Amino acid sequence: MDILISGIQLGAIYAILSIGFSLILGSARIIFLTYAVFYMLVGYFWYIVNTLFGMNLILSASLAVVMTVALGIGTYKLCVERIRQHETTVILITLVLAFFFEECVLLGFGSQLRNVPAFIPGYVELLGVKVLNQYSLTLAVSLVLIFLIWLFLWKTKLGIAIRATSQDREVVNLMGINEKRMSMIAVGVGIALAGIAGVMVAPIYLLEPTMWTEPFIMVLAIVILGGLGSIKGSIIGAYILGYAQVALVYLVPMGSFIRSSVALAAMIVVLLIRPEGMFGVLFEEERL
Amino acid sequence: MVRKSIIVGLIVGLFVLLAAAPKPVAQPIKIAALGPMKVTPGENQWRAAELAAEEINEAGGVMVGGVKRSVRIIKTDTSEEVSATDAVAAIEKVITVDKVDFLVGTHRTESTLAMQDVAMKYRKILIVTGAASPIVCERVGTDYGKYKYTFRTWINSAFMGRAMFASLEDLSRLVKRELGIEKLKLAVFSEKLVWADPVVKAAETLAPKMGMEVVGVWRPSAAATDVTPELRAIQTSGAHIIYTATSGTMGVVMCKQWGELKVPAVMTGGHSHACVKGFWKATGGYGNYVPTFTGIGPAKITPKTLPFWNKFVKRFDEFPGYESSTYDAVYLLKEAIEKAGSLDSDAIVAELEKIDYVGAYYPRITFFPKGDKYAHDLRFGPGYATGVTNQWLDGDVKVVWPYGWEGITYEGSKPYTFPPWFLKHWKK
Repeated sequence: MDILISGIQLGAIYAILSIGFSLILGSARIIFLTYAVFYMLVGYFWYIVNTLFGMNLILSASLAVVMTVALGIGTYKLCVERIRQHETTVILITLVLAFFFEECVLLGFGSQLRNVPAFIPGYVELLGVKVLNQYSLTLAVSLVLIFLIWLFLWKTKLGIAIRATSQDREVVNLMGINEKRMSMIAVGVGIALAGIAGVMVAPIYLLEPTMWTEPFIMVLAIVILGGLGSIKGSIIGAYILGYAQVALVYLVPMGSFIRSSVALAAMIVVLLIRPEGMFGVLFEEERL
Repeated sequence: MVRKSIIVGLIVGLFVLLAAAPKPVAQPIKIAALGPMKVTPGENQWRAAELAAEEINEAGGVMVGGVKRSVRIIKTDTSEEVSATDAVAAIEKVITVDKVDFLVGTHRTESTLAMQDVAMKYRKILIVTGAASPIVCERVGTDYGKYKYTFRTWINSAFMGRAMFASLEDLSRLVKRELGIEKLKLAVFSEKLVWADPVVKAAETLAPKMGMEVVGVWRPSAAATDVTPELRAIQTSGAHIIYTATSGTMGVVMCKQWGELKVPAVMTGGHSHACVKGFWKATGGYGNYVPTFTGIGPAKITPKTLPFWNKFVKRFDEFPGYESSTYDAVYLLKEAIEKAGSLDSDAIVAELEKIDYVGAYYPRITFFPKGDKYAHDLRFGPGYATGVTNQWLDGDVKVVWPYGWEGITYEGSKPYTFPPWFLKHWKK
C-alpha cells in the first residue's frame, strides 16, 4: 500500500512536468532545456510575492505562475524563436539559459533554503498510510490538468491547430494558421504546466536554486521513455519511473541515493533498445 | 654665516621630518576563513573567525617576536558544497594572491581533501573546523612530513559516532522508561556521503549491543528533494528511534516532512543545517523537536561558551554551529604564534602539538600526538571535547545531551523533550 500511494504521488508530479515538456517538444519541436528551471523560478516568484509582499497564498501562487509564463515566453521569443531551426544551437542556448537563471537566483537569494506554506497543511491517513494534504492536492490538480490538456488539444480549435502544427508546419502555414504563434502558445502552455507543478511541490520540498536539476533529469528520462513529444507516453513514463523510484526506496533502502540513477539507466536502456520510446513511433507516424 | 645657518636649518629640518615620519607598521596576520559562503554554515565560519579577530585586535593584537600585530580575516568562498574544483581554485587564490598566513574552516570532506593538498603544498597551517571524515587527519598519521600542517577543531566522524551513540543510548533509556518497551527498534537514516559512512557502520554494529533492533538503513542522496517514501517506510518498519546523519539540504527536507507527517519515531543524531537559526524558518516550524549533534549550545560548557554564544547571536541573529569553532581556531593560532614567536609554520606546528587550551567549544582542546592514528585530530572524551546535542523547541534550541553522561551535565541544559504525537502513538 505504501508503494502504491507513494508511486501515485510521485508519478503525478512527474506527469505534470513531463506533459509540459512534451507539448513544447511535440508542437514547437524544440528541446527546451530551460524548461525545468521555470519549475524552480515559480517557487521564488511565489516566495517573493507571498512572503515579502504578504499577498494571499492562492493569489500569489497564481501571480507567480503568470510571471513565470511571461518570463518563459519572453525567453523563448528573445533567445530561441529565431534559431529554432538549428537544433544543436537550441539545445546549447537553452541549457546555458538554465544555468544563467540558476546563477541569477543564487546571486539574489543565496543558497539558503526557503519555505513556502502549504495550501492545505497537515496530512490524512489513507488505508493506514499518511499522505500529506499538499500531495493529495497535487494529485487532484494533476488529474484535472491532464483532463484539461486533453480537452484543450483535442476539443478546441486552438488545440487542434497546435497539434496540426506539430504534424506538419508547411501544410499548417498553407492553411492560414500562424505556426509561429502556435509554437509560442505551446511554449506558454508548457511553461504554465511547469509553473503549476512548481507551486504544487514547493510547499512539500524546499526552495533552493538547484532544485530543478533532479526533475530535469527525470523529465528527460520520462519523455525518452514515453516517446519524444508523446503526451500519453509522458504520463505513462512518469508513473513507471515514479514507481521504480519508490520501489527502490522500499526494497533497497541502502540504495535510495541512486534514485535519480534509475531514471538515467532507463534513459540509456531505452535509447539503446528503442530510441523512439514507448509511443514515439506513433508520434512519428502522426507527424508524417 | 648664511651658509652655516642653511646647513643647520637643513639638519634640524631633517630631524623634524624623521621624527614626524610614520613608524613602520607591522603587517597584519592574515587568516583565511574558508567555507561555502552562500550558505549559513559557511558564513558562520567567517563570522566566528571575525569575532575572534576583533576581540584579539581590541586586546592589542598578537605578540610576534616582540611586535604586536593585528589579525585580519579574509573571507573566502570555497563553494565546496557544489564543486571541489572551485574550492581548490579558491584556496590557491587566497594563498598565492591574498598571501594569507593561515587557513581555518572548510566544510565538506570531499572538497577539504582536495584543499588540504593545496595547503600542504604551500606549507600553510590549515585548521579544519567543518569536514568530519577521519581521513583528513589520518593523512597526518600516514604521511606526517607532508600533512603535518593540518589540525582539526571539530570531532571526527568516528568520535562523532561514539558521541552520538552515547546520546542514542541515553535516549533509548528514556524511551524505554517512557513507553515501557524493552526491545526498541532503530531506523538509520543517513545521506550517502563519505563522512557519514563510519557513523552508519557504527550504528549497525553498536545498536544490537545496546539491545536495539536495526530495522533498516536508508541512505538517500544529500541533495534529495523529497524523502516522504523513506519516512513512510520507516514508519511502516515500526521504528521507535531514527538515528540520523545528514549535512546536505536533504536533512532539512527530512526534518520538515518528519514534523509534517508526524512520524512516530523520535530522532537523535545530527543534521548540519539544523545547527543554524534559519532551520526553523526553512522547515516552516515543522522542525520542532528535531535534535542535532553539534559542537556548541546555549549552556555553560566552559566559562567562555555563553559569552561567545550570546555575542554571536546578538551580532549576527544566528546560532553558531560546530563549524564556527573557527573562533577557537583563531585563538589557538594566537596562542601558538605567541609561544613560537614567529609565523614559521614548523615552529607553530610544534606549539599546536603541545597546546592545551580552554575554548568556547570544549573544556580542553588538545590534539592527538604525532604517531597516533588520528594525529592532529581533536581529542574526544569527557573533560575534553564532547560535543552537545541541541534540540529545537518552539523556535529556540536547548542543550539536551550530555545530560548525566559520564557525570557531565552542562549548566543550562535540560532533558530531551518527546514530540506529543510520538507519545500519543505509542501510548494508545
